[in-house]
Amino acid sequence: MNTALRDTAVREIAQQVIIIGSGPAGLTAALYAARANLKPLVIEGIEAGGQLMLTTMVENWPGYRDGIMGPDLMVELRAQAERFGAAIIQGDVTSVDLSRRPFVVNVEKTQYTAQALIVATGASAKWLDLGVDKKLSGRGVSTCATCDGFFFKGLPVAVVGGGDTAMEEAIYLSKLATQVTVIHRRDSLRASKVMQDKAMSTPNIGFIWNTEVIDIKDLDQGKVTSLVLCNTHTGAKSELPVDGVFIGIGHTPNTALFKGQLAMHDNGYLKTHHGSRTSLPGVFAAGDVQDHVYRQAVTAAGSGCMAAIDAERFLSGTLHESEAEALVDPTTA
Amino acid sequence: MASENVKTFTDANFSDEVKSGVVLVDFWAAWCAPCRRIAPIVDQLAEEFNGRLTVAKVDIDENPMTPSKFMVRGIPTLLLFKDGDLKETVVGLETKDRLTQIINKHL
Repeated sequence: MNTALRDTAVREIAQQVIIIGSGPAGLTAALYAARANLKPLVIEGIEAGGQLMLTTMVENWPGYRDGIMGPDLMVELRAQAERFGAAIIQGDVTSVDLSRRPFVVNVEKTQYTAQALIVATGASAKWLDLGVDKKLSGRGVSTCATCDGFFFKGLPVAVVGGGDTAMEEAIYLSKLATQVTVIHRRDSLRASKVMQDKAMSTPNIGFIWNTEVIDIKDLDQGKVTSLVLCNTHTGAKSELPVDGVFIGIGHTPNTALFKGQLAMHDNGYLKTHHGSRTSLPGVFAAGDVQDHVYRQAVTAAGSGCMAAIDAERFLSGTLHESEAEALVDPTTA
Repeated sequence: MASENVKTFTDANFSDEVKSGVVLVDFWAAWCAPCRRIAPIVDQLAEEFNGRLTVAKVDIDENPMTPSKFMVRGIPTLLLFKDGDLKETVVGLETKDRLTQIINKHL
């Protein structure tokens, strides 16, 4: 690439459909858009492949009776989309301008334009909001057991959370750490029955209920030495010595790029209506960025398919707001 | 497929290799999915800063001492050294723009 050109000029590349994000939603949208001959461009983002890249065995993706490894599934999906002509580029979108059409999508110094946009930016792991947890990230605080569990062989660790993510982390870590303590602020788990049973029956996984983490020590030493815990019922404080703490308390949608441009719920998830439509005609959303209820790989993929079909109809002029409204929801006519 | 501008450091040569100049080290492992995401960015940085910045990788499976010495407990982690002193620690994924800014502070 010519450095002088890149430094002085903004390159402009025009597309019909741009898909932002490369998880199950983005790549399924790419597959359908490619098969509709729209030659979609996928901007994969810094967390390429999405959350499944950080998982191990996915046992609830239909069609794989023995399960499939998350990263392997994403390799397959990607290859399938590419086989039909989807172009997938590295890069993280720096800004978007949706105030005019074609929409503008900037990736560092390259400017892309698109007649239709599919937002599939997903959600990223939530932190505890203690401040100290981010400062000790990579020093014993982690949101990814499969990435960082390695560093805690033969050491005690804690997992914060009570959902499927937390249970998967605990089960993975139980094979490496001496003891895994799950800290949950309620008195029962939110995780699926299968995951609960697995975690409960693992001998070196223990549970502390009705408890929140209020501090992580020790910032001065630059590593995790213990957690300060608080019982949510009694207010009693205690300290749990651990070398690592894995946070599995849920996800935040990656919608910062669209603030003030697309309508969002109070929790930051994009609002969609009549399928995958956002508040702006021509912009569609799929996957976890607009779904705070189901958040499954297969529902993300399903909504990616919907977004591609909606985008195709929009581009061919056959997506009519009023007709769809009449069909879907006659009461609002 | 690391770029030819990217060196490989080991426990044996690490302290000698970071002794002079500005050196960016990428701690990684074959099983680490996010490491595969940052690898192409590290390659591009090596190319763009060629001659002004040394860029290297340390495989933490084969070289356990160096990550332990610098308290690396998560990967990918990028460490930036200037004349042997640790100046910056970047944990997790970061965009190329942001990494460029961090490197430029020390050149």
